[in-house]
Amino acid sequence: MAYVAIADRDHEHELHDPQSFIRKYIWSQDHKVIAIQYAVVAIAIGLVALVMSVLMRLQLGFPDTFKLITPDHYYQFITMHGMIMVIYLLTALFLGGFGNYLIPLMLGSRDMVFPYMNMLSFWFYLLAVLVLVAGLFVPGGPTGAGWTLYPPQAILPGTPGATWGIICMLASLAIFIVAFTMGGLNYVTTVLQARCRGMTFMRMPLSVWGIFSASILGLLAFPALFVSAIMMTLDSVVGTSFFLPAVSSMGENLKHSGGSPLLFQHLFWFFGHPEVYIVALPAFGIVSDLLSTHARRNIFGYRMMVWAILAIACLSFVVWAHHMYISGMNPYFGFFFATTTLIIAVPTAIKVYNWVLTIWRGDVHLTVPMLFAIGFIFTFVNGGLTGLFLGNVTVDVPLSGTYFVVAHFHMVMGVSPILVVFGAIYHWYPKITGRMFDERLGKIHFWATFLGTYAIYLPMHYLGILGVPRRYYAYSDSIDFISPSVHIANEWISISAVFVAAVQLIFLFNLVWSYFHGKPAGGNPWRATSLEWQTPDTPPKHGNWGKDLPVVHRWAYDYNVPGAPNDFIPQNQPPDGSVPAGRDHGVKA
Amino acid sequence: MAIAIALILLVIGTVLFHFLSPWWFTPIASNWQMMDDTVHVTFWVTGIVFVAVNLFLAYAVIRYRHRAGGEKAHYEPENKKLEWWLTIVTSVGIAAMLAPGLSVWAKFVTVPDEAAEVEVLGQQWNWSYRLPGKDEALGKTDIRFVSIDNPFGMDPGDQAGQDDVLVASPELHLPLDKPVKMLLRSKDVNHQFAVPQFRVKMDVVPGMVTYFWLTPTRTGSFDALCEQLCGMAHFAMRGRVVVDEQKDYDTWLAAQPTFSKTQAELTGNAETGKTLFATCTTCHGAQAEGNRELNAPKLSGQGKWYLAQQLRDFRNGVRGTHENDIYGKQMAPFAAMLADDTAIRDVVEYIASLEEARPPASVLGDPERGKTLYATCANCHGTQGQGIWATNAPRLANMSDWYMQRQMQNFREGIRGKHPQDFRGAQMASMAKVLADEKAISDVLDYVHTL
Repeated sequence: MAYVAIADRDHEHELHDPQSFIRKYIWSQDHKVIAIQYAVVAIAIGLVALVMSVLMRLQLGFPDTFKLITPDHYYQFITMHGMIMVIYLLTALFLGGFGNYLIPLMLGSRDMVFPYMNMLSFWFYLLAVLVLVAGLFVPGGPTGAGWTLYPPQAILPGTPGATWGIICMLASLAIFIVAFTMGGLNYVTTVLQARCRGMTFMRMPLSVWGIFSASILGLLAFPALFVSAIMMTLDSVVGTSFFLPAVSSMGENLKHSGGSPLLFQHLFWFFGHPEVYIVALPAFGIVSDLLSTHARRNIFGYRMMVWAILAIACLSFVVWAHHMYISGMNPYFGFFFATTTLIIAVPTAIKVYNWVLTIWRGDVHLTVPMLFAIGFIFTFVNGGLTGLFLGNVTVDVPLSGTYFVVAHFHMVMGVSPILVVFGAIYHWYPKITGRMFDERLGKIHFWATFLGTYAIYLPMHYLGILGVPRRYYAYSDSIDFISPSVHIANEWISISAVFVAAVQLIFLFNLVWSYFHGKPAGGNPWRATSLEWQTPDTPPKHGNWGKDLPVVHRWAYDYNVPGAPNDFIPQNQPPDGSVPAGRDHGVKA
Repeated sequence: MAIAIALILLVIGTVLFHFLSPWWFTPIASNWQMMDDTVHVTFWVTGIVFVAVNLFLAYAVIRYRHRAGGEKAHYEPENKKLEWWLTIVTSVGIAAMLAPGLSVWAKFVTVPDEAAEVEVLGQQWNWSYRLPGKDEALGKTDIRFVSIDNPFGMDPGDQAGQDDVLVASPELHLPLDKPVKMLLRSKDVNHQFAVPQFRVKMDVVPGMVTYFWLTPTRTGSFDALCEQLCGMAHFAMRGRVVVDEQKDYDTWLAAQPTFSKTQAELTGNAETGKTLFATCTTCHGAQAEGNRELNAPKLSGQGKWYLAQQLRDFRNGVRGTHENDIYGKQMAPFAAMLADDTAIRDVVEYIASLEEARPPASVLGDPERGKTLYATCANCHGTQGQGIWATNAPRLANMSDWYMQRQMQNFREGIRGKHPQDFRGAQMASMAKVLADEKAISDVLDYVHTL
C-alpha cells in the first residue's frame, strides 16, 4: 500500500473530544494540556531551586550575619540548584512545555503523533520530580556532590547525601530520561510525519527547528547520562568499580579497584555538552520568531539560520571534553577539543548577526516579548564571548574552577535562555489563555530581571580573573589574595540576587491575575504569520483546527512583503491576486 | 527607546568596569606569562565584538523603532554576500584567538627534560608532598599500603622509595627558577591543586597520576587551593607553596624526613614515657583523666597521632603563643621540656597505655539540636566522635567537654588557628564558624556526651 501522509488522512480519524474533567485536564492526551502541565511543574520546581540560590547567596554575601546554612546544606543547595535549573526546569520547559505546545500548532497538526505516550511522558516527568524532591527528606539529605555528580566523592563519605541522597538523584535522572525519551521520540516523529500540507521543512518556523534539533540531541545524549546513572548506582549499592579505583576514604581502604573517575566525566559531558544546546537551540529558535514578529520583518538569512542550528547540533557532540581540559585526561586532547569548540563559535556568531540584522531595517515594536528578545541578544553575546575564553584550552587553565566559569555559564545558559522563556511566555500567553497579560507589570519584570542579572554576573567575571574559586562555602581571611573588596562584591551580588529572585513574584502574579482579568486577546494579537495564530479558536480547542487542517502556502516570515495590503501574510493564506505567490524561504525562484 | 539607551549604558558601564575594577590577575609567579597574554588577546578580540555588536544593536533599535506613520520594514530574506563576509571575518577572528592558544598549549604539554619531580598528594581535606631522594626516583606507591603509619601508601619493599622525602605538611617549598613537574596523586576523591599566582593547575584524580609543570619566577609564599569540589570541607582545604632561593630551599629540604626515617620512628617507649609523664600528672592527673580546676584536659583515650602533633605544635610555638591563649601559654613551656620527637613519642605511648574513665559532663545544652548540628562535624570527627586520623580530626567522645568548649571559642575568636604553620587549626577555625553561637556549641557538646 502506498504511503499516505498523515495530513492527507485527516478524514479517517474522528476527533474524540474528552468530556470528563479528569480526561480533559488530568489524564489528558491533548498536547496543549500536557504542555501546560509540564510548564507548571517545571516552574514550581524551578522556584525551589531559586530559593536555594538565594540561601546560598545570603551565605556568601553575609557569612557572619546569616547562619542559615551549614557547609553540608550549601553543597546540597548548589547541587540541587544546578541540576533542577538545567534539567528539571529548562530542559523540561523548553521541550515538554514549548515543544509540546508549539510543534503541532506551528506545523498544522491535530496533536502529537503518539498522544498516549505524550501523556505518559508527563507523568514520568512528574514522578522524576517527586523522586528528586523525596531526596530532600531521606536520611542525610540530598546529594551535595555538585550538579556534575563526579565520583568518587558523590558516593563516598565526606560528601553530603553520599548514601541515600545520591541514589534518589540518580533514580530521578533515570526516570526523567525515560520521560524525555517518550516525549522526544514524539516531538521528532511529529515533525517528520505530521506536518500539514505545504509545510515543507524549509517553511517551518525556526522555533520548530530549534526544538526538533534539541529533541534529537536529547535522544542521542541522554543515554550517556542514563548508563552512568545506572553504573554509579551499582558502584554505590552493589560495590562494583566502574568509576571507583582503589581509594583510602577517611582512613579506610575500600574494596573497589580499577575503576575510572574520568570515565564518568567523559560520559557525563558527552551528555552534558549537548545538554547545553538542548536548552540553547529551542531558545535560539524561539527568539528568532519573537524578533521577526515584533520587528515586523522577515528573519534575516533563514536558510543560514537553519544550517547554523544543524551545524551547532552536530558539532555539539564533539566538544564535550572542553569541560575537562584540566581534569587529568590526556592533555593532548586539548588541541582537538579547543579547535572544535572554537569552530562552533562560527555558526553561533552567524545566528547573532542574523538576529541583529533582523532588527536592522525593521519596524521594531518594543513590546514585552521584544524587550526580552533584545535583552537575550545582549546577555547571549556576553555569555557567548566568555565561552571563547573557556573553550580555548590555554585561556581556560587559569580561569577554570573560578567565578569566571560561574559567570559564563549563568549568562549563557541561565540568564539567556530564561529571558527567552519569559519572552516566549509573554508572547504566547494570549494564545494559551485567550487574554493579554498586564504590559506594565511585564515591563517592570523585564527591566528588573535584565538589569538585575547583569549586576549579579558582571562582577563575577572579574572575581574569577582574580582567582576566587567557585563552590566555596566561605572565603576565610587566610587566602592571601582575597581582599576586603571581594567581600564587598559578594555582598553586592547577593543583594542583586535577592532582588532578582523577589521580582519573579511579579511575573507569577501577572500570569495568574491576567488569566482572570486580562483584556481579551483575540486570535492573533501580534499580527503574526505562523500557524498557531491562525487557529479557529483561541485558546485552540482539542484537535486544534476544527473541521479542516490548514494548508500552508508560504514560509513563516512574510512580514511587510512589498505590494501586500497588510504588514503580514499568514502562512496558510492562499495566493490570489492581492498578495504575491507563496514563497518557500523567501528566495525568489 | 529605553532599551537602546540601556544597551548603550551597559556597554559603556561594562567597559568602564573592565578598566576600573580592582580585580585582575594576581601578580604572576611562574613562567606562564604567555597564558596571561592569551587572555589579553582574547579580551581585546571579544571586547571589540561585544562593543560593536551591542552598539549596532542599540543603533538599530533607535533607528528602526516603530513610529506612527514611519517607514515600513524592508523585506530582505537574505543577503548572501553580507552573510559570507560576516562568516569569513568571524572565522579569522576565531583563528586569531585559537592559534596563540594552541601554541601555548603545546608548551604546556611539553615538560622540559630538566624538570625536577615533586609529588603532590591530595586527600580529604589536606595536602602533603613527596620528593625523590638521592636516587632521583620516586618509589612505588599503592593505596593498599595506606595506613596511619604509612599515610603516603609507600611500597615498603621498593628500594627506590626508601630515601623519598616525605613532607607531611600542607606547605611545600620550591626552588626559584628551577622547572618542576608536579605529579598529582589522590588517595580518595577528585581534588585540584591550584596556586592562582602560578596560573597552571590540574585535577588530582584517584587511580591515576596527573601532572603539570612550571618554573617559579619569584620568591614568596602562595596559597594553594583545592578547586575541584571534594566534599563538605572543600572550601577549607588549604596548602601553601613557598618559593625559596636555592640556599633556603636546601635548608628546608634537609629538615624533611625520608620514608625510611619515618618508618624507624613509629612507636615510642611507654616505660621512658612514664618517667617523662610524671611532670604532666600535676595538672593532667595520674591517669591523664584531666583536671578542670587546673584547666588541664583529659588526655587518655585521645589518638596518639593527635597528642604528638599538638605537643610538637606547642614546642615549636605553633600553638600556645597567641597573647590571649592564657592556658595554651601555660602548656607551652611544659611541652618544651620534652627534648625531642623521641620524647614526645614515648610520653604519648605511655598515655595510650592508661586506663580511661568517663569524664563528668559539665556543658549542658539541647542534645537534639546538637545532633542536627553535629552532622557537619561528623564528616571529619566521625559519626561516633571517635576521631579520624586521615582528616586530622581528634576524638571528641569521652573527652573533656569544658575544654572543647573553650577551644571552640578560641577557634572562633582567632585565638587558636591563626599561626601561619597551624594549617589544621586554620581549617578548624573555618569550620567553627558553622556553629552560630555559644548555645550551638553547648548543644553539640551535649550531644557528644551521648556518643
